[in-house]
Amino acid sequence: MLTIDVTKQLGDTLLQVNAELPTYGVSAIFGRSGAGKTSLVNILGGLATPDTGRVQLGDRVLFDACRRINLRPEQRGTGFVFQDARLFPHYSVSGNLNYGRPRHPTQGNFDTVVELLGLEKLLKRYPAGLSGGEKQRVAIGRALLTEPELLLMDEPLASLDLPRKKELLPYLQRLADELKLPIVYVSHSLDEILQLADHMLVIDNGSMVLNGPLESVWDSPLLRPWQSAQEQSSLLSAKVVNTLPAYEMSQLAVADGAAIWVNQLLPLEGQFRVRVHSNQVSVCRERPEATSIRNVLPVKLAAIDATDSSQHVSLKLQLGNKVVWANITRWALDELQLQLGEQVFAQIKGVSLSAADLASV
Amino acid sequence: MSLLTEYEVVALTLSLKVALTAVCASLPFGILVAWVLARCNFPGKSLLDGIIHLPLVLPPVVVGYLLLVSMGRSGWLGAWLYKYLGISFSFSWRGAALAAAVVAFPLMVRAIRQAFEAVDTRLELAARTLGAGRLKVFFTISLPLTAPGIVSGMVLAFARCLGEFGSTITFVSNIPGETRTIPLAMYSFIETPGAEAQAARLCVIAIVISLVSLVASQWLGRRVQLRASGQC
Repeated sequence: MLTIDVTKQLGDTLLQVNAELPTYGVSAIFGRSGAGKTSLVNILGGLATPDTGRVQLGDRVLFDACRRINLRPEQRGTGFVFQDARLFPHYSVSGNLNYGRPRHPTQGNFDTVVELLGLEKLLKRYPAGLSGGEKQRVAIGRALLTEPELLLMDEPLASLDLPRKKELLPYLQRLADELKLPIVYVSHSLDEILQLADHMLVIDNGSMVLNGPLESVWDSPLLRPWQSAQEQSSLLSAKVVNTLPAYEMSQLAVADGAAIWVNQLLPLEGQFRVRVHSNQVSVCRERPEATSIRNVLPVKLAAIDATDSSQHVSLKLQLGNKVVWANITRWALDELQLQLGEQVFAQIKGVSLSAADLASV
Repeated sequence: MSLLTEYEVVALTLSLKVALTAVCASLPFGILVAWVLARCNFPGKSLLDGIIHLPLVLPPVVVGYLLLVSMGRSGWLGAWLYKYLGISFSFSWRGAALAAAVVAFPLMVRAIRQAFEAVDTRLELAARTLGAGRLKVFFTISLPLTAPGIVSGMVLAFARCLGEFGSTITFVSNIPGETRTIPLAMYSFIETPGAEAQAARLCVIAIVISLVSLVASQWLGRRVQLRASGQC
């Protein structure tokens, strides 16, 4: 368990976080820019000192204001990947990778890391000749090879353009899957978090708003103010139960008896998280016949949420023990005269569920 | 048969010995002071900065006089050094080197300090997160990235040492083979009636070694710059 209980005055805002993060998998720290994400991760890495509080990783105290403990960055055993890669320009790639390696490595993992990050061909080159994505891969490798107990990543994709992001994201996914190393991942992109994280901590204006497993945080109404209508979505974990290779379709069981088709061929039995955009969900009273829409699910209307926008209303639809949100216009709501607890059908276009909305668990 | 007279060879080798010794001996102090001025904040920093820069603006004869008073064999520091360590600067080439070093010190410190200020401290922080202590960070990150500045500081100081005249002649006099460097030898010829030709020859030698050291420093500077930015 990574226990964080710190306060720090940052100009006008007070950073105040009291949270526990798991010491496995990827924990995302999410918030707007200026919310205090980077300050928080700097505190974890020892690059900033909180005013009060305590940081503890497992049974190791990294910082304790009361006991005057403040381990220096080099004593913390935390790897750090910065937004700008910060490679040493006067070292070659392999020099950079070896910079922080322990003199007697306990894990003979140099080749593994090089292979995992695809660095074989870069080893002799110098940072000045690398692309942004390559630099960031080297920086990740360099941090991993210090054999850290915790890997801190401060928006490692934010300074990259979209093609570079797409190039690096699979490496990060492999990293998250294959390494038994807790990762704290700072990001302001829900897309990245969906692809990588298992746990999520949300900060706004210095204060912690939410902290918990990804799916429960994702569904929380407190997260909705962060998302535009296009970004609002529900997250469902599901298992692949059926595929239609000819159409590149897979069927995922999301709740007891309910399954949805997605427009992506997935391995059978695979565990996935599916993001269903609220704008892609519509409701109707009667089961539609002869429709192009692949997913028609019987749901119960659990709540009508019209508070956050005058443009549309969000419907909370109960699908077994899961929740799917649908955004509809206020006009549609008035015309349909929907009642709480009513049994309706949710329609989700299969084509709207594509690779970006699927993350393997 | 040989290009230079024995007199000129003696003056030239003495000049080079004095300048090289002055630069090499003051380099560690130059790096230390430059680092302190670039990275530390403490009360009295402006005073230290001012004292370091004094030789740049003081008349060299004043520097020579101060050295004579303090470091001469009867000076307060010189007497102590002679008594306990057996080191004497008076009327020896070591004194010439000391005078040259003091006068050239501010030039060296300025160049190295600017280079330290230009080093990205975020790289140093990154090195800390990779487990490197402050000393390792200094020697593996800060110092190598400062190398171009150190080279240019050394060359500036070397050139200044070669040309040093006023404080040398005041502090250690003009002794052939011991403290008579090229500028002092030229001065002696100019003072001697009928030695204009010898003075002119020394003048040419001075121009040649200055040019050679400038060209060498540019070549070295480029190489070091490329190495520091990882392009070779």
